[in-house]
Amino acid sequence: MMKRIAVVLSFCLLTMSAFAIDSEKAFDDPALQARYDKLVAEVRCVTCQNQNIKDSNAFIASDLRREIRRMIGEGKSNEEIKDFLVTRYGDFVLYRPRFEGKTLVLWIAPFLLVLFGGIAMVRVVRHRMTMPLDGESNGNGGAQ
Amino acid sequence: MNRFLLPLVAVVIMIPIMILGLQSDPSKLPSQYIGKPAPEFSLPTLMDPSKTFSTADLKGQISLVNIWATWCGGCRTEHGFLMELARTNTIPIYAIDWRDKRPEALNFMNQLGNPYVASGFDEDGRVGIDWGAYGAPETFLIDADGIVVYRFTGPLNRALWEQEFVPRIAELQE
Repeated sequence: MMKRIAVVLSFCLLTMSAFAIDSEKAFDDPALQARYDKLVAEVRCVTCQNQNIKDSNAFIASDLRREIRRMIGEGKSNEEIKDFLVTRYGDFVLYRPRFEGKTLVLWIAPFLLVLFGGIAMVRVVRHRMTMPLDGESNGNGGAQ
Repeated sequence: MNRFLLPLVAVVIMIPIMILGLQSDPSKLPSQYIGKPAPEFSLPTLMDPSKTFSTADLKGQISLVNIWATWCGGCRTEHGFLMELARTNTIPIYAIDWRDKRPEALNFMNQLGNPYVASGFDEDGRVGIDWGAYGAPETFLIDADGIVVYRFTGPLNRALWEQEFVPRIAELQE
């Protein structure tokens, strides 16, 4: 009985691939297919903003997949394809914004925040180290 | 006093930024073409496939370009207002019929009326993508040099027209 349930359940798992939106191969050449897979996973669907166009069945996502397939087929580079998308939809359309211009702040801000936090922490700790410990008498009864 | 100054300054700076963040609608994307020439295109018109509607038609006058389709509920909603606007002859309304089926689009025009000077028929949706369209309806205001001045997303009505378009058109006419 258990075995039968296990078999049925594992068949259920097999059907998962049927739910994939963009399941057919776009290219015979595995190198081109790999580029395509990577690109569609990095492009945001503009109507369903928390999905990439690989996982979205919105028509605009399928149109953008078609445009990416066409451009890869025409021998365009990844940069040219990203330019095409950013010209039309802005930096927002790329899940990994490029390291340039307006998007620079997105890349640098986290490191700056960690740096400021670190400096603040060091200063607070240094300051506390100079304060007398509780119970030691220095006239005002210890830490403030 | 001094040790509260820095946090206080930080809070005073952050509060307006956060209020702005709460007020902006993240589902509305800014158009990439504001202040730039309208994207180059050439499409057969919906009414007569032997004629074309292209970027060149947008030069020499202030105009609207409305991206619509029969599958778009909001387009049906705003259609009555577009008819009303067309009757006043204030501004020529051009259109891109985005990713549509010709018989259905013609049927829509026959039933509800045609407010458009010309409607380009963008069957595979390429031109819509070139315009950075992400939903319909979208309405672009184009100046006499063919530069995109403004994009409105969503169904238009009289009140939104008065609020979003009338002042911008007045500014262009000065």
